[in-house]
Amino acid sequence: MTSLLAVVRPDSWNFPLFVHVLGAMILVGGLLTGASILAFARGDVRSLRLGYWTLLAVALPGFVLMRIGAQWIYSREGWDDLPSGVDEPTWLPIGYLTADGGGIVFLITLVLGGIGIRRLNAGKGAGLLKATLILSIILLAAYVITVWAMSGKPG
Amino acid sequence: MSFDDWILALHVLSAFAYVAGMVLFWVLIVAVRRTDTPEGTIRMGPVVKVGTIATAIGAVGTIVLGIWLAFSVGGYDIWDGWIIAAIVLWAIAGGIGGRTGKQYTAGMDKARELEAAGQPGPNAELLAINRTQRGVVLHAVASLAILLILVDMIWKPGA
Repeated sequence: MTSLLAVVRPDSWNFPLFVHVLGAMILVGGLLTGASILAFARGDVRSLRLGYWTLLAVALPGFVLMRIGAQWIYSREGWDDLPSGVDEPTWLPIGYLTADGGGIVFLITLVLGGIGIRRLNAGKGAGLLKATLILSIILLAAYVITVWAMSGKPG
Repeated sequence: MSFDDWILALHVLSAFAYVAGMVLFWVLIVAVRRTDTPEGTIRMGPVVKVGTIATAIGAVGTIVLGIWLAFSVGGYDIWDGWIIAAIVLWAIAGGIGGRTGKQYTAGMDKARELEAAGQPGPNAELLAINRTQRGVVLHAVASLAILLILVDMIWKPGA
């Protein structure tokens, strides 16, 4: 059914959907890369920096692109203009929860990581970067579930 | 969710894994360009494995589940132009991806060789191998092929 709907999707929906999906792919790629580099850094300062900068320079632009695309396609598909009494399908709030709630967690992750990098430069421990790693893994898991929900469209 | 909906969700998740692997290799390609020591090069090994697993899952998942969907879902046929285009682009991306891997494996091999020879310091030859221009071009072409698959999957020209 989902695929059948995709066949009849109006052309004007395609570009916003492309922006949304491309952003989400870059976000997931950035999180996977940043988390992997942080996980295998084993205290190496250069690797810890690279892991953090990957989150900041790859995953964050991906998040912004994904979120802009999400709002754009949401509007194009008319979800912002539903008649009263008509509920949104289950997959849509899942997307909102992980995009907006996840966005706040991602922001906290980046702030903690930024402070962690400053502490690292000052010769202090890498504890905050461990927190950054854990939050990145949690975000990655949340976004994998979101991709499943947005593509399988349960409910 | 129907069985086909599950297959579609796993197909899309595979595509995400494939792109995530490509993104990971882009970051490593940039990072390795400033790496001239065996230790620094070898340190990237476990991260390379993550990327290899992600691209392998992504490549196999997208093609197997994609072909399943082409046969199973009404309205699509395996000989549709946009599906054939996707399969051709998938093959191009996979073939070039394999060649890219060989380019960067050479750096890892050289780093192990230097470490075994007791030369842990900066090495100009290792840096030159890590800065392979051919590797960058090949990865760019493979990335472009995957981007075109995404465009093809969304616009479905001719469908």
